[in-house]
Amino acid sequence: MAALECRPYRSVLGPVIGFAAGSIKFNHHRRDSSDSLPPVRKRASKRMTKEAKKQIIDVGDGAAIPRKSDRGLFTAWRIAFFGAIGTLGYLVTVKPDPYLNILKFVPDGILVTFQVTLGAILLAIVLGLITGLGRISKNRLFNGAASLYVEIIRGIPLLVQIFYIYYALGRIVQVPAILSAIIAMAVCYGAYMGEVVRAGIESIAKGQQEAALSLGMNQRQTMIHVILPQAVKVILPPVGNEFIALLKDSSLVSIIAVADLLRRGREFASESFTYFETYTVIALIYLIITLFLSKIIGVMEERVSVNK
Amino acid sequence: MVEATEIVKIYGSFRALDRVSFDIYDGEKVVIIGPSGSGKSTMLRSINRLEEIDGGRIVVDGMDLLDPRTDITKVREEVGMVFQSFNLFPHKTVLENLTLAQIVVRKRSKKEAEERAMVLLEKVGLVEKAKAYPGKLSGGQQQRVAIARSLAMDPKLMLFDEPTSALDPEMIGEVLDVMKDLARDGMTMAVVTHEMGFAREVADRVIFMDAGRIVEEGTPEHFFTAPSHERAKLFLSQIL
Repeated sequence: MAALECRPYRSVLGPVIGFAAGSIKFNHHRRDSSDSLPPVRKRASKRMTKEAKKQIIDVGDGAAIPRKSDRGLFTAWRIAFFGAIGTLGYLVTVKPDPYLNILKFVPDGILVTFQVTLGAILLAIVLGLITGLGRISKNRLFNGAASLYVEIIRGIPLLVQIFYIYYALGRIVQVPAILSAIIAMAVCYGAYMGEVVRAGIESIAKGQQEAALSLGMNQRQTMIHVILPQAVKVILPPVGNEFIALLKDSSLVSIIAVADLLRRGREFASESFTYFETYTVIALIYLIITLFLSKIIGVMEERVSVNK
Repeated sequence: MVEATEIVKIYGSFRALDRVSFDIYDGEKVVIIGPSGSGKSTMLRSINRLEEIDGGRIVVDGMDLLDPRTDITKVREEVGMVFQSFNLFPHKTVLENLTLAQIVVRKRSKKEAEERAMVLLEKVGLVEKAKAYPGKLSGGQQQRVAIARSLAMDPKLMLFDEPTSALDPEMIGEVLDVMKDLARDGMTMAVVTHEMGFAREVADRVIFMDAGRIVEEGTPEHFFTAPSHERAKLFLSQIL
């Protein structure tokens, strides 16, 4: 089932991260990056603009974040968001049995879903930072390890990874299912995050590094003080999208007895035999959460770009 | 200050630098000119090892750049560089641009670094822009900040890689003025430029490069009035 692969929707919705070395395209479509440069800078040098163009990388932000420039999507967001809330409200008032009962039953699951998502994203960011730095490192061992990690993870469906890590960990130590779920999700997303980090770092013009080096800073100082602070702004929107994607994918962990939103729904459904009604509610709740988050991230993104 | 002997730089099958030797003495102002692709920027950038050379030997301030024991950051602390595209740090204010390396590399206190920075901003006439972000400045102002940023490290040698080539004509003057002041103060300078007026006025020595070699070398009077090499004559007739 294609939908259970690590990143199914990517192929449908968004441009995919180019993994082929050197050919990464970073599509922060949000705006042409040169727009934010002052006019003089813009024509500063042909070499620079060429560089900048090469650095437009596609990290597949898909349809998750609505953009101001994209009115159609924005309206679609409104319709979907308020439509979902309206539908849910309507169902609950008109047919409290079973809808209200379902709605009362699942909130624990929402909490667990958020726990898994938050835990996994934080761990994934750390893994991603290490992997991303590894992928651009000149140290062969570090670079090789990071690349191998990305290749392996990319080749295994997330669902299989979740199973695998759950049972593999189970052989060594007894860990709660939720922790195992967080680790599995983080390991998977860390690989993708690594590519986002790498793309972000590579999007910073070479001249920045040269300037820092020419001032006597070493590689590490250059990275910490000059490159990463700028890369964060580039990375933030794709990370936001990863977060939303991860939240959706977290429904997979219901398979290893983590009582997340989907799992709670299934429990309710199998007792009451109201499968259709339950999954309707579950779907609406996921929709409301992801749309809400996408809006927040969209606003955050605007803020960051204004502060530039 | 700089002794370069027979340096070679190869990109693929292209010889960007073909056994180039040159010296830069303390306090000297050397201007390097030549057609584009002649290797002048590569030569300049090899001095602080932004370009790794493939052969030959460069000694900067007594430090051999090809010696694996040489800490390149120590060399770069002493060699300032100004780029065509300014390369200011856009996420830092002008003041922070000037203090960052002082604090991180020279280990100066924030207060000390800021005092030094303000002195230099005064010198390039941009004190009032200390709190501004580089994005808000004109190209000429940015380049003056970039010069001040390099000077904040108190370098012994300053490299300029086409510092005015990305500027609108009306802003070139203000940058050249800062560079002339610097020359008057006795800074050792190596400048790659197309500004012949500057070369004439400031240079102690002009180096003319073509196709990865130094074709002609001499005082500005000699070079601009009586160049001996055909290639140099042709170049001068094209640009003057």
